[in-house]
Amino acid sequence: MEKILVGLKRVVDYNVRVRVKSDGSGVETDGVKMSINPFDEIALEEALQMKERGDASEVIVISIGTPDAQQQLRTGLAMGADRAILILADGKPDTLSCVRALLEIINRESPGLVMLGKQAIDDDNNQTGQMLAALWDRPQATSASNIELNGDTARVTREVDAGLEIVDVDLPAVITTDLRLNEPRYVKLPDIMKAKKKPLDEIGLGDLGIEPGAALSEGPFEPPAERQKGIMVEDVQGLVSALKERGLV
Amino acid sequence: MAKILIIAEHDGQTLNAGTAKTVACAATIEGAEIDVAVFAENSAQVAAEAATLESVSRVIAIDNEANKNPQAATLAPQVVALADGYSHIFGPSSTFGKDLLPRVAALLGVNQVSDIMSVEGERTFRRPIYAGNAIVTVEAPAGTVVVATVRAASYNAVGGGNAASIESASLEVALPSHTRFVEVQSGVSDRPDLQTAATVVAGGRAVGSVEGFDLINALADKLGAGVGASRAAVDAGYVANDLQVGQTGKIIAPELYIAIGISGAIQHVTGIKDAGTIVAINKDEEAPIFEVADIGLVADLFAVVPELTDAL
Repeated sequence: MEKILVGLKRVVDYNVRVRVKSDGSGVETDGVKMSINPFDEIALEEALQMKERGDASEVIVISIGTPDAQQQLRTGLAMGADRAILILADGKPDTLSCVRALLEIINRESPGLVMLGKQAIDDDNNQTGQMLAALWDRPQATSASNIELNGDTARVTREVDAGLEIVDVDLPAVITTDLRLNEPRYVKLPDIMKAKKKPLDEIGLGDLGIEPGAALSEGPFEPPAERQKGIMVEDVQGLVSALKERGLV
Repeated sequence: MAKILIIAEHDGQTLNAGTAKTVACAATIEGAEIDVAVFAENSAQVAAEAATLESVSRVIAIDNEANKNPQAATLAPQVVALADGYSHIFGPSSTFGKDLLPRVAALLGVNQVSDIMSVEGERTFRRPIYAGNAIVTVEAPAGTVVVATVRAASYNAVGGGNAASIESASLEVALPSHTRFVEVQSGVSDRPDLQTAATVVAGGRAVGSVEGFDLINALADKLGAGVGASRAAVDAGYVANDLQVGQTGKIIAPELYIAIGISGAIQHVTGIKDAGTIVAINKDEEAPIFEVADIGLVADLFAVVPELTDAL
């Protein structure tokens, strides 16, 4: 195939322990490390491996958000993507508007495959890929842990509650990635330098003809309920007694 | 008045427990009238089971050969064809529901509400974000259908004993052939299902090997428990992916959860927060799992797990 389009979302880094603001207006993101959503990084790694095997000729990374998302796109370019597209949007556009914007880009670029992470680790929605496939009227294979390209089709192994489900999808298709698909590569310094010269095009959400629609309203935000402090036991005997006291064994 | 359509999850023979929990969630919406849709190749058995669920008014059975091992791409247009007149469309937040409901939402032109943990109003819900580090209240815009998945661990299944009417429906919808089921590979296990077991014994990276999991399995068998694992243990190949508990695996709420050699990363803890009692066994006394454990034991798992199995 000619092109693979990979979505990269800028999110609070995996290792940050997120805290809710005391006024309940959101979560604290000031001064917090931001990264590529880890599932999206896996999507990019898979696309790069496809290109390296000769299954694709170009990998395009795309993000939607404020100009800050340039950082994550530059990281994607340093990993090996050929070019980047940033759809500029104020605040936090709703998922459906993001999907409509992605579809506009798909109509312009005609990728043979669109790869996204199965969920973003901030909102944990797990919906963008499915919604995009619906509006594009193409197949979806979510939570992929293995992808085999066979010409005009792909055989995808999906991680499901019952184990592993294998599906065949016609291309083009949307595939969303699970954790065990691959291990993303580390970015090397010379690649960071090279990435600065790669094209990164910006376009406004409005320029794509997208008017953000009726989003879910969000708030207040609250911290999760705390569990009560527990007890420590010294040995197996103590553990068995504690379990018996609670009527659990 | 809320008129709610719930998409049943099943394996062709029996309902998945998540369906009765989704009904429980829907029933907390004031004045809810609840229908359950069963899409199957031959729905009779599953539809009959769904009709026994408390709070269900009607079961709609949609028999179609294409609904054997259904894919989201073939189910979604059928759900949309049924959607007229419903104010809400719900499904369990399982891999089945997560695959299907967003596709339905997009076709209906709305955003999905993911992982409802409580109902605050007809269109207002609380849901976890950031691996459960924050809970946000969301409200769907007025005048739009609410398409949502329900976090099963937040609800107790509704009881049986009902006798709702069962109606069959045939839907005139063109179904795509671009997505084809090949097979499901499932580990064969006699143990209770991880998502419904009253007790779950789970192992982490420190279990160290496939053989090390024999200790976990032996304890689980002694307790009649299901077996779970942390992401690290699954990544290391000690057990299959379907045993993973956490943000991106299964969210469970057993009465007793025994975490063995699991450090307790937030991504794991979010999957067990609703457990009745959490027991942690770990040789690192600084392990974050002890912050959420009701009973903690700092010890080498290889020494104490066999001892515990014998003592029970």
